[in-house]
Amino acid sequence: MLLIDCPFCGKRPELEFRYGGEAHIARPDDPSEFGDKAWGQFLYGRSNQRGMHAERWRHVHGCGRFFNALRDTTNDRFAATYKIGEERPALPEAQGAVEA
Amino acid sequence: MQRFSALALIRHAFTGHKTWRPQWRSPEPKPRYDAVIIGGGGHGLATAYYLATEFGIANVAVLEKGWIGGGNTGRNTTIIRSNYLFDESAALYDHAVKLWEGLSQALNYNVMFSQRGVMMLAHNVHDQQSLKRHVHANRLNGVDNEWLSAPAAKAFCPPLNIEASMRYPVIGAALQRRGGVARHDAVAWGYARAADALGVDIIENCAVTAIRRGVGGAVEAVETTRGAIETRKVGVVAAGNTSTVMAMADLRMPLESYPLQALVSEPVKPIFPCVVMSNTIHAYISQSDKGELVIGAGTDAYVSYTQRGALHVPMHTLEAICELFPIFRRLRMLRNWGGIVDVTPDRSPIIGKTSVAGLYVNCGWGTGGFKATPGSGHLFAWTLAKDEPHPINAPFRLDRFRDGYLIDEAAAAAVAH
Repeated sequence: MLLIDCPFCGKRPELEFRYGGEAHIARPDDPSEFGDKAWGQFLYGRSNQRGMHAERWRHVHGCGRFFNALRDTTNDRFAATYKIGEERPALPEAQGAVEA
Repeated sequence: MQRFSALALIRHAFTGHKTWRPQWRSPEPKPRYDAVIIGGGGHGLATAYYLATEFGIANVAVLEKGWIGGGNTGRNTTIIRSNYLFDESAALYDHAVKLWEGLSQALNYNVMFSQRGVMMLAHNVHDQQSLKRHVHANRLNGVDNEWLSAPAAKAFCPPLNIEASMRYPVIGAALQRRGGVARHDAVAWGYARAADALGVDIIENCAVTAIRRGVGGAVEAVETTRGAIETRKVGVVAAGNTSTVMAMADLRMPLESYPLQALVSEPVKPIFPCVVMSNTIHAYISQSDKGELVIGAGTDAYVSYTQRGALHVPMHTLEAICELFPIFRRLRMLRNWGGIVDVTPDRSPIIGKTSVAGLYVNCGWGTGGFKATPGSGHLFAWTLAKDEPHPINAPFRLDRFRDGYLIDEAAAAAVAH
C-alpha cells in the first residue's frame, strides 16, 4: 500500500485517498474553438507515462482536498506532492520526467 | 515441426525422450521482414500465426522484450466467455470462442480448453435485471447464456453458499455453458510453435527502441536492441506498454495502464467444477487442473508499470470468496502477482489502423484480453494483410475516441474494476 504525503495533513495510507487521474490537463477555455481531434485528445488522450507521472489525488477520508503528486510509475515511489494551482516542481533527476 | 501424437510419444520413449527438439527456434533477426509484430504475447503470436496460415505472409518477425509467456499471457486467470451485452462485443468475443473450440487440433497442441461453464452471480434486484438483460441480448446474438435460480446455481456449483443469512445473498445467476478456461502458457507456446513452423521468426529479448518513418510519415523500419529491422508494416500488440511504443510514432493513446492482481491457493483435489464470477462483491474463481484455486482480484487505482500491487486489493476479493464459499476459508494462498493491463475509456479494445501509414495497433483489452486471443489475432492479421479492418473489428477503431462512437461495454470486466 502506498504512503501518500498529503500537503495539508502529512503522510497517510493509500486507503484514505482516491486517485484522480493525470494532472495538468486543463479544460479548454473555449471548447467551440476545439476541433474533434483536439477535443478527443482532451477527453481521452493520456500520457500514461512510464516514468515520472504527474497525477491528482484526493484525500477523501481526511481533509477532502485535491492535490497533485509526482510518482515514478516504474517503482511507485513518490517524488513530490504539491497543491493544486502550483507549478509542477522541477526534480533534480530530470531524466525521469520527460513528457511523451 | 515435430508433430505431437500418441505414436510420437511412444517413438521418443525408445530414446529416453532425449530426441525432442525445442518447440521454436531462436533466430537472429533478419535485416528485412514483410511485417513486424511488436509484442510476443498470445495476441501477437496468434497474429503472426494467422498471417502465415490464412494470409500467406510468413516473412514475419515477432519481437518480444522479455520471453514468450512471461507477460500477461502467463499472468491472467484464463477465463473464456463471450456473454457481452452489445452486438459489436458479442460478435468479437464469440468469434474468439468459436476459434477456441478447434484450437488444440489446429495447433497440434493441447491448450486444455475446457468448456466447464462460466456462472455470473446476482445479489440484488439490479444484478438480476442486468444479467437477465444480458441473457436476452446474448440470445438475440446467437450467444448461449441462461438464467438459473439460486438452487439451480447451487446444483451446478455445489460449493456455492446460497444461505439467506449472507450479507449479499445469491438470488440467481447467469450461466454460459460454452464458457470455460484454457491453459494460458500452452496457448502462447502452441501459437509460437505453430507460427515458427510456418517460417515466422520469434525473437525474444529484443526491445523496440524507435519506429523510423520515411517521407510522408510511413513506417520504414524499427530500431531494436538487436539492430534495425526494415519493414513496411508494424503491428503493435504491446498490452500495458502500448502507450510507450506508440509514443515512438508520436501518437498519444487513449489508454491507461494499471496493475491487475491475481492469486492462487495451495493445490487441492478437484472440488470446483466451473468458473464463478460476482460483479457486486468482486470475486472470480476457478480451479486449475493442477488443483490450485485461481482467483482474480481487482486493479489498483493508479497508473503503474510495476507488475505488483497493494495487499488490500486481493484481501477485498478473498473476503468475498470466503463469504461465497465458506468451505475455502482455511485454504492457504500460494502466490500473488500482478500484470499491467491497458484500459481504454470505454473498456473495449482497439484493433485497427492508425493515422500513421503502415502502423497498426491491437490494444486496450484491459482486464479481459485472454479470452479473445485467437479472435484478436485472426482479426488483426486480416487488418494487417488487407490494410482494412474485418467487419467484426471495424467498430473497434482508434478513431472512435475522436468521433464519439464509443462501445461502452459495462460487461467487459464482468466485475467492477
